[in-house]
Order: sequence, then C-alpha cells, then structure tokens
Amino acid sequence: MKQQVWDVLQTIRDKCEQVVREQNTGHRIFIQVGSATCENAAGAVAVADEFRKHIAASGRDDIVLRRTGCTGRCSREPIVSVYRPGVMPVKYEKVTRELVHGIFTKHVLKGEPLLDHVLDGTIAAMSRFEILNCGSLRCGWKGEKICGGPMANQLRAMGVEPDECRVISASCFGACSAEMAGKHTHILVRPQNVLYRLETLADLEEVVQEHIRGGRIVERLRVHDEPVSQDFFELYGEVAFFNRQTRIALRHNGIIDPESIEEYVHYRGFEALAKVLSQGDPQWVIDEVTKSKLRGRGGGGFPTGQKWALAVKSPERVRYIICNADEGDPGAFMDRSMLESDPFNVIEGMIIGAFAIGAHQGFVYVRAEYPLAVERVDNTIRKCREWGLLGKDILRSGFDFDIEIRLGAGAFVCGEETALIHSIEGERGQPRIRPPYPTEVGLWGKPTVINNVETFANVPAVIIYGADWFSHIGSQASGGTKVFALAGKVNHTGLVEVPIGITLREVVMEIGGGCTGGKAVKAVQTGGPAGGCIPAGMLDLRVDFDTLNRAGSIMGSGGMIVLDEDDCMVDIAKFFTAFSEDESCGKCTPCREGTKRMMEILERITTGKADEEDLNKLERLAKLIRRSSLCGLGRAAPNPVLSTLTHFRDEYLAHVRDKRCPAKKCTALLHFEIDKEKCVGCTACARNCPVECISGNRREPHVIDQARCIKCGRCFQVCRFDAVLKL
Amino acid sequence: MNCNHACSTDNWAEVKATAGRVLGEDLVAFIEQCRAEGNPHSQLIAVLHRVQGKFGYLGKSQLDAVAQLLQVPAAKVSGVASFYHLFRLQPRGKFIINLCLGTACYVKGADRLAEKLSDELGIRFGETTGDGMFTLEGARCLGACSLAPVMVVNNDMHGAVTPDQIPIILDQYIRKAKQQVEEKPAAQS
Ligand SMILES: Cc1cc2nc3c(=O)[nH]c(=O)nc-3n(C[C@H](O)[C@H](O)[C@H](O)COP(=O)(O)O)c2cc1C
Ligand code: SF4
Ligand code: SF4
Ligand code: SF4
Ligand code: FES
Ligand code: FES
Repeated sequence: MKQQVWDVLQTIRDKCEQVVREQNTGHRIFIQVGSATCENAAGAVAVADEFRKHIAASGRDDIVLRRTGCTGRCSREPIVSVYRPGVMPVKYEKVTRELVHGIFTKHVLKGEPLLDHVLDGTIAAMSRFEILNCGSLRCGWKGEKICGGPMANQLRAMGVEPDECRVISASCFGACSAEMAGKHTHILVRPQNVLYRLETLADLEEVVQEHIRGGRIVERLRVHDEPVSQDFFELYGEVAFFNRQTRIALRHNGIIDPESIEEYVHYRGFEALAKVLSQGDPQWVIDEVTKSKLRGRGGGGFPTGQKWALAVKSPERVRYIICNADEGDPGAFMDRSMLESDPFNVIEGMIIGAFAIGAHQGFVYVRAEYPLAVERVDNTIRKCREWGLLGKDILRSGFDFDIEIRLGAGAFVCGEETALIHSIEGERGQPRIRPPYPTEVGLWGKPTVINNVETFANVPAVIIYGADWFSHIGSQASGGTKVFALAGKVNHTGLVEVPIGITLREVVMEIGGGCTGGKAVKAVQTGGPAGGCIPAGMLDLRVDFDTLNRAGSIMGSGGMIVLDEDDCMVDIAKFFTAFSEDESCGKCTPCREGTKRMMEILERITTGKADEEDLNKLERLAKLIRRSSLCGLGRAAPNPVLSTLTHFRDEYLAHVRDKRCPAKKCTALLHFEIDKEKCVGCTACARNCPVECISGNRREPHVIDQARCIKCGRCFQVCRFDAVLKL
Repeated sequence: MNCNHACSTDNWAEVKATAGRVLGEDLVAFIEQCRAEGNPHSQLIAVLHRVQGKFGYLGKSQLDAVAQLLQVPAAKVSGVASFYHLFRLQPRGKFIINLCLGTACYVKGADRLAEKLSDELGIRFGETTGDGMFTLEGARCLGACSLAPVMVVNNDMHGAVTPDQIPIILDQYIRKAKQQVEEKPAAQS
C-alpha cells in the first residue's frame, strides 16, 4: 500500500474543495444551463447568454450561472435548472430566450417558479418536501409491505398533504446489497437530500414526525455512505424519465461542469485511480473488473477483465490502450454525451485500464464529426497533466501514462479494431484478418487493448463501489447498466441508462413514453447497421447481449430506434444495407459485391419488380455474406435483412406478391388520388406538382393524371385539406 | 511501413520553402512539430484535417506538399485522402450543408429534406451550386438524433427541420453572405 498516493490525492482534494466551496458560499442561487451538442442545437447558447445579461443587469453577485453537460433528456432541451437555497430545485424545459426573462424576474428574483414550464408537465404547486421512494427489485416490495400499499397512501393516512410532501417512485439508488434484499427499503428526502434506510412502519413515522414536521434529520436511520446514483437523484429525482433509470456511466451527466476538474474531484473523482495506484497491483484490478461481469459496451460484449488479462499475458513490454470513440452507429450518441458531459470519468477509467495492462501510452480515437467532444477531451487531458494525473509518476505512484487524441475522418469501418489501429497509424482504415487479435499484435505490432467509451466510463464506479455491487445490478451474465440512445418515433427521445436485463417494454413504453402521436410501436431497431428489428410482439424481451442475439439482433453500441406503423420494414432493411454498401471498405468480395447485390434485390422488392424467388435469393445471399466476410462490418451487414425477413416476412410478401407496401412508404407501390369531396380547389397541389399532371380550375376539385404521375408525393405533402389520398 | 526513401537532407530547406509557399508557415510549423514526435507518419490524418480546415479541401499541390514534408510517399497521401469520407478533393462552396442521413433522422423524414434541398439548390449530393454558395453533403449521424431530422450548415446545427423551413434557412445564409460582401468594402474605406 502506497500511502503517498492518498496523500497526493488529499492535496488535490483540498485545493478542489476550496474552489467548490468558494462557488457555493453564501446563499447563492444557481442557474444551470446544459451545454452539449444537442443542448446547443436546441438553443442553449442563446439561453445562457440571455441569463448572463440578466444577471449582469440585476447587479447581484449571489446569482451564479453554471454550465453542465447534457442529462440526456434531449427532446425537452434546452433544460434550465434553478437552485435556490433550502428549497426544491426546479427544472424548466424547452427554454427560449423569451422565457428567460420570466424565469429570471419571477423565480430567480422573487422565488415564484413558473409552474407551466416545468420539465415534464405542469405541476399545481411545489411541495416543500419530496420523498423519493425506491421502487426497484430489492426494496420496492418491502416498501409496499411496510406501508400496506403505496407509500403515498400511507403518508395521506398520517395526515401529510401533497403540497407538504410528494411521494415519487424512483429506481435503485445503489444503496442496497444482495444481503439487504427484502429487509429494508430506501427513501431519499429532498430538498435536504438525506437518504434513509427503513425497516418498519415506525421508521417511516419517525421520518415524518422528525424530518418533515420538525425539520430535524433522523440520524439513526440515515445512510451515511453516498450511493452511486444519489447525486443524480438529488437533482433529477422527480422527473419520470430519469427516476426509472439507474445512472452509473452517466452518473455525473447534468450535474458537474464537464470542464472543471475541481467539480469532478468533488464528486469522488480520481478516488478509484488512487485506490488502484495505492494498492499497486494490476492483477487485483483485472480480477475486480472480471468479477464485476463488465462486458464491453462497444458492440461485441467481450468481457473486459478477460480482454485485459489477455494483453497482460504477452511477453512484450510495450503495450497500448485505446479508447474507441468512433461511435459509428448512425443513430447513437451516448459516447458523445459521455465525452461532452463527463469526460474526466472516461479518462480516469482509461488510466486505470492502462495501469492494469501496463500501458504507458494511450489514444482516444474520436470521430471528427464531434468537435465539442474533441475539445472537452483535449481540455481533460491538459488538466490531468497539470494536476499530475497524467504524465510521469501519476499521483507519485511511480506509474507513467499519457494520452493522445487521434481524429477519425468519417469512415464507419474504422470502429472495427484492426481498422482503427491502421487509422491511428496514419493508414487507410482497412481491417485485417484476426487472429492475431490486437491484444497480441496491435498498434505498431504491440499488444493493444481497445475499449469503448462507455466501458471505460463504468470502470471508476466498479472500483469505488465494488465488483460485487456492480455485478448484482444487471443480469446473471452481465453486470451493470447499458446506456441506450432512444430515438425515432418515440415520445421521449434521449439517453436512457438502465440495468441490463430490463425489458424492452420498460425502456420504450415506460421511460420512452411510447410512440409519438399515440401510434402503435411496430418494431424496435437495436444495434444499428449490424443489428436487427425486434417486433412489438417481443417487447417483453429482456435486454441482454445473448437475448438480443437470439432474437436476431445485437446489443450493439446502444442505438435504439423505435419504429411505428408508418415505417416499412423492407425500407428499413434497405436503408441499413445501403449504409453498409456505402461503408464497405472494399477489401473483401463478399461484403463489397454482396451488399451491392442485396441492394439490387431490395430495390426490386420496393419497386414491385421482384417475385417470391427473390426473397429466397436474398436470404441465401445474406447468409453467404455473413459467413464469408472478413470483418465484423460485412459479417453483420446482413442482420437487418435477415431479422426483418424472419419477423416481418408478411410485409416482404405483400411487396412481392401483391405489389403493395402496407406501411405506405415505398412510393413506387403507391398511387395518389384526390378526394373530390374534400378538395376545395386551392390549386396548391397543381402548382407544386413537378410534372404538372394535376388539373382543375380554382375552387373546383382537382384530378391527377395517373399516367403521367411520377409518385413523388409532393401533392400529398402540400395539401392542407387532407384531400390527396395515398393508396 | 516507414519511408524508405533515402532523402538527402541537403535540399531540405528548399523542400520546406516550396511546401511553405503552398501550405503557409503555420501548417509547416505544425508538420514539423508532428515530425518531432514519435511515429510522425501516424499524424497524416491530423495533418490532412488541418490542411482541409485551412483551404476547405485537399488539392493536388497541397497533398504533394504534405507528402514532401512528412516524407510519406505521395501515393499513400492521396490513398488516405480518398479513403476517408470527410476529406474533399474538390473545392467546396461558401456554406457546406451537411444533412444527417443517419437512422434516426431517416425515420423522421430526412429523405424529404434531401429532396427539398436538392430541389431548392438545383444540385445533387456531393455537388456545389454554380455560384459557389452552397455545397450539399450527407452525414452519418451528427450525434443529435433526438432532435432529428438534423442538418448542419458550416458550424450551425438546425434540429427538427421540416421541408418548409428549408427555403427560410437557406435564405438566412444567402443574406449573411450578402452582408459580408457589403461590410467588406466598408471596412476597407
Ligand atoms: C464495423 C464495426 C464498427 C464498429 N464501431 C464501433 C464504434 O463505433 N465504437 C465502439 O466502441 N466499437 C465499435 N466496434 C466494436 C469494436 O471493434 C470493438 O469491439 C470495441 O471497441 C471493443 O470495446 P469494448 O470491448 O469495450 O466493447 C465496431 C466494430 C465493427 C466491426
Ligand atoms: S467485410 Fe467489408 S468492411 Fe470488412 S474488410 Fe471486408 S470489405 Fe472491408
Ligand atoms: S391541394 Fe388539396 S384542396 Fe388544394 S386543390 Fe389540391 S387536392 Fe384540392
Ligand atoms: S405524386 Fe407528384 S407527380 Fe404525382 S400528382 Fe402528386 S405531385 Fe404530381
Ligand atoms: S433496490 Fe432500492 S436502493 Fe437498490
Ligand atoms: S441520426 Fe441524425 S443526428 Fe443521429
């Protein structure tokens, strides 16, 4: 045990605490605005500027504007939080420049929140207290048992009104352990943010009497160690989208300033690194990570501990570690969010990995399409060097390690390990045959470990909170959580971190709030171009690496696209096949030529030129490509086709037999007609038709000349009277 | 794959001067700095990003200059430049429109935006308008899927775009360009 490591960390902590304390002294009011690619696109920069102007104009020095990354609640951005001392934090959604004035003058200055703009719907009044009651596996049912039903009812029975204290059901805080299961329940009381562990109804009564009525904290029941998700729930616990999630990799997103090392250290930053370096035993780290059942989050799901152990086996002394931040799945953005919102966490995980495998040089390979992520990682690396957390003799442990950033240049295949290595070496990013695996022969021929951003983001939590704790969240086979980028036709789009093993239904329906416009979910696409479509009938599937594989899809890196009745599954398969065809590096024939041939067949199907035999051809070809391609891109490229052929064969048959597209997406199989009853003769369609095949006089029903119509759908889009029918 | 050319060092000053005329002093300095570090060849992609950042595209003379300075075969430089989608070998417009063609944007109607953009500008993807104003390009997920469909014009991101907004957005940039033209003579006088 190297005590000096802890001493150095303590010095760093003292300095950081001083900075954080200075920020928080006095009865300051904080206005927090998100800053990440998504937030900025939604207008967060203008909102922050407007607040800055208002603060300056007010002349108050106790109002502070803070920056954080994104929380993942993307469809409601920009999100602004206002913290006034001693009262519940309030979050506003879709804040505009205009709204800033109201928030500032009414809420910030006078303490009257604008209740109609609160995140996730209007509330009648702010309650003085909130109890977040854990509804998860280990304590959920115990809570009900203690209270003889929902906790809210019990509180009413005790005479506590909703405006005094609201009860909100939340997901696991991480305060539990396997032994505790069913013995206790956990509640978090806000705004004091005290976590209690309750065993009996008398305990709850005591909290009500003492804390809620008397304003005194019940030390006897208080849980003193801070569980992993507490900071997050303290700020976001009342929001349904968040409180069904378990935040480990994203635990600091939306809480800390991603550019401030002081704040990161304040939230137990670099404690994991100090623990590892003070023990000084790489094998211990590998054992912990293996025990935690952490599996790679980049797509393959290879056990991380095992990968690290393989690299250590090599007699070669020079080893490298790479963080794969190429995030190629066109519909996934969790790695971007982690790098933009909590980059120190990822880098800390990477330093720990480097120590475990004995690497002294690392690379972060980032897509050039993510300029803000690049900037923040660069800032992180610079600050870590300044503070002695990267470079020579890290924390005076004797361990040397440094990191360089390398940019991608827009080639999906570079996410593949061997292609990525070529790209870092400055070559064309083409894969090579494996084995040998990079853990034996990698960058410049040396053993190299490549891990995904999210994999590294989990490592510090595994070390601080323990492998057992981590392995118990999640399923039998894999520990922890997975972050999904929920997008497509779903009400609440954004980042969702949930325990592995949760059902698809919970993610899409409960957290995502179902499809937009009240439509029915048709399928969920996971895994991007390498994945497949899971039909709505299988929504009760538990999300895990193996279950998804069996359903013909993959976990992938975490893209999750919800499709509704308007999405044609053949068209989706065609979309992904076009992607793979485009991104094929061209090195091997099955992938290069095979994806082209698959595209041709799909093109014929969607234009009504195919017959049933083509479906068999397509299936045979897909299986051939899967078997004989050189790298993962080609081997997985047929998945979207094969999974839709399995689960949605009827839809393919409708295209080839009846020349009909049930989702009305494939325009070549549709025709447009004008409903005489509804048409008011506004001439909009006729003016917009590119081939001028619509005729009719002003204020009289119009007609389409079917022989000349090219089925572009323009008339359907422009008619404001629903008179153009798509048939 | 190190360079095996036995380049004599005596004409190095000359090489640098020639390359400097094409690339400018700043880039020459950057490349020199790369050369000073380990594995300089591995910096090729970073160098190409810089060059494209400055000139908007990678022309033949720039690629040759990079090859000379980094001492990498010219064939390799152009091989790398043509492999990666983000590198452009042709000059581009003043405003580069990058429409996201990722999955989330596709299911939210990016195909209709693509049509509208092509129509409005009268060009196909990968092309530049005759007046050099706009270049239309497609991207694979810009990481803002929850705001789909998304398009980026130079550095501004536009989220949840509808086809009707396209003419308005394009107009903004045309006006911006006009303003810049008007401001310039004013600044000179
Ligand atoms: C075509 C292709 C693209 C890939 N893209 C990515 C990517 O964008 N990000 C990533 O982390 N892994 C990607 N992978 C997986 C990586 O090759 C590798 O398995 C992963 O980075 C290992 O990290 P992990 O063990 O932490 O998951 C891709 C694989 C293939 C075949
Ligand atoms: S499978 Fe495709 S991407 Fe992979 S090496 Fe072959 S051609 Fe290249
Ligand atoms: S746009 Fe609609 S209402 Fe107007 S003329 Fe065409 S069909 Fe009739
Ligand atoms: S679908 Fe297109 S071509 Fe056909 S009538 Fe409508 S606008 Fe004209
Ligand atoms: S299940 Fe309640 S804290 Fe974990
Ligand atoms: S799919 Fe368009 S931003 Fe991700």
